[in-house]
Amino acid sequence: MIEQEVTIKNRAGMHTRPAAALVKTAAKFKAEFFIEKDGLEINGKSIIGVMTLAAEQGSKLLLRFDGEDEEAAKKEIVGLIDRGFDE
Amino acid sequence: MTDKDQNRDEITLKGIPASPGIAIGPAYVFHKDGPVVLERSINEQDVEQELKKLTSALAHAGKELEKIVEFAEKQLGSRQAKIFEAQLMILDDSVLFDSIRKRVRKELKNVEFIVREEIGKYHTLMQASKDEYTRERANDVEDVQNRILRNLQEQRLVSKIEGSHIIVSKNLAAADALVLSRNDVLGYVTEIGGATSHMVLLARALNIPAIVGLHNISTMIHKDDVIVFDGYNGTLVINPSAETRKKFEEKREEHREFEGHLTALRDLPAETLDGHRVQLSANVELEEELGFVKRQGADGIGLYRSETLLLGKEVFPAEEEQFKHYKNIAEGAFPKHVIIRTFDIGGDKLMAQAVKENNPFLGWRGIRVMLDMPNIFLHQLRAILRASAKKNISIMFPMVSHLKEVRKAKELLEVAKSQLAERKIPFDPDIQVGIMIEVPAAAVIADDLAREVSFLSIGTNDLIQYLLAVDRGNEIVSDLFQEFHPAVIRFLRRIIERGKSENVWVGMCGEMAGDPLATMLLLGLGLDEFSVVPHVLPEIKKIIRSVHYSEAKHLAEKVLTMETEDEIESYMKEVMKLKFPDIPLE
Repeated sequence: MIEQEVTIKNRAGMHTRPAAALVKTAAKFKAEFFIEKDGLEINGKSIIGVMTLAAEQGSKLLLRFDGEDEEAAKKEIVGLIDRGFDE
Repeated sequence: MTDKDQNRDEITLKGIPASPGIAIGPAYVFHKDGPVVLERSINEQDVEQELKKLTSALAHAGKELEKIVEFAEKQLGSRQAKIFEAQLMILDDSVLFDSIRKRVRKELKNVEFIVREEIGKYHTLMQASKDEYTRERANDVEDVQNRILRNLQEQRLVSKIEGSHIIVSKNLAAADALVLSRNDVLGYVTEIGGATSHMVLLARALNIPAIVGLHNISTMIHKDDVIVFDGYNGTLVINPSAETRKKFEEKREEHREFEGHLTALRDLPAETLDGHRVQLSANVELEEELGFVKRQGADGIGLYRSETLLLGKEVFPAEEEQFKHYKNIAEGAFPKHVIIRTFDIGGDKLMAQAVKENNPFLGWRGIRVMLDMPNIFLHQLRAILRASAKKNISIMFPMVSHLKEVRKAKELLEVAKSQLAERKIPFDPDIQVGIMIEVPAAAVIADDLAREVSFLSIGTNDLIQYLLAVDRGNEIVSDLFQEFHPAVIRFLRRIIERGKSENVWVGMCGEMAGDPLATMLLLGLGLDEFSVVPHVLPEIKKIIRSVHYSEAKHLAEKVLTMETEDEIESYMKEVMKLKFPDIPLE
């Protein structure tokens, strides 16, 4: 299992479209993917969960990956968030 | 009282007018409480059957939503249909439904109960969020939850209603309003919801009258109770007497007749019988209003409130995000003109929580805030400039009280221009700049200010409040807030004359511009531009097109000699009644 902290960079925060992009990217990997914010942990492969995070710009998320392709999953998802979801 | 059942007393209520029109008819109380779900144990051998139910309910719910999206696209265009996107994605959430299936297997409980618990968990969290966007999404989650539950219970979507009805509901999701509109819906009445909710925008787009913010209405009304309401002023009457009903019918007739003239009126200029042309524009908060504004026949947008972009935000949106918004507005209005007012924050508007002031209305607001934060101001100015490439944007500064504020703001605008020029980004180099006149001091030095700008726009709400020293939100003194106070009228004349003597045009974007009772007077005082809430626009245009400029000037001269507000108001009412017996006056 690996962990990585990230900060939401895009101005609009994790609204519907970024949330969908995140879930879609996570689905490509076998590794389990969880996101923790302010003590709330949700499954990063669930759109309803990601919507619940209310992750606005500047909020810090702890990402947790667990599975054979965890390194690859981390690289791609952290990249997506750092690029501000390509918005 | 002879027959209690048939002759129940009429009850008059006041809500927030949301979509214009008069509605008369039986009520249909639409319950949004959601299906009743009981906890039930199931046998091990029934598990697969229970899970099959879920699969088929999800398929049905998906079909329902696809139909709604299709209908929305047809009726309102694909951009509006996007508001249902989140719901469709939730139906596809395999993590969510896998965990629901797992729990049904493990706990041997009925699937409805588990669905309610699992989705309800997220709904509660989202409702408690401090992020407004997320709280709004909670409604989507609730709607999709109820859609699944209803399909699990194999209940059909209540979308067919026999006969014509006024839909009364606690809260109405945009999807419900849309689906119900396939019936003969006479109007929408809800307890919750602001004048800019999705449901309201849909009602306007569909030309269905609506009132929102009528607390407890859904418990006060029973199915088929007759109600009448006025979507122009927010009045609703339950069990109207024959007399009341007749009054509303007459008003509806007037408006229908009026709507008939509207198509013809839409493309006609706001011009008096003797050829004096004025600009009749609309005040706009949301991009979604543009379609409605166009249909109302506006000459342009006289006030775009850019601070709407800050709603629910804790930080100022970046230049890029602002640019996209302004560009959409400018393109949506093209070839008509848009006046973008820079962030008007402070006072009662937004971000008030950031600074504690004893007297915010006399404090840090409007241009004062922006000049203190030049970098944030430059972001906005650059964003507006970038959206101005097609030359249909002007900039307006709010809450000006000193000449140096205008000069400083213009300097910053020049800085923004040179920054863009350096980056070779196109913009309108001749973009017009105007200011709002809403502080008495600005009215007094209107000529000096006018020499710095291309136009003045009078904000009557604040101007009257500051001039008469009356907080109109304070019930004890609010009756002293009078737009027909002689001081107000004389002040308006002064501003208009001073502006004109410096060759700039003078407009008004406060509420008074949209008051039919004031139209002739403002016209006669020489106002060049009226910017009004979109739904009153045709009425104001009708008045302007039915009078001579010469008689309006005469009326203004006469009013200027009057000594009391009562005298002025009753004179205006008398004139209006005589000239426009069909225009309802509040």
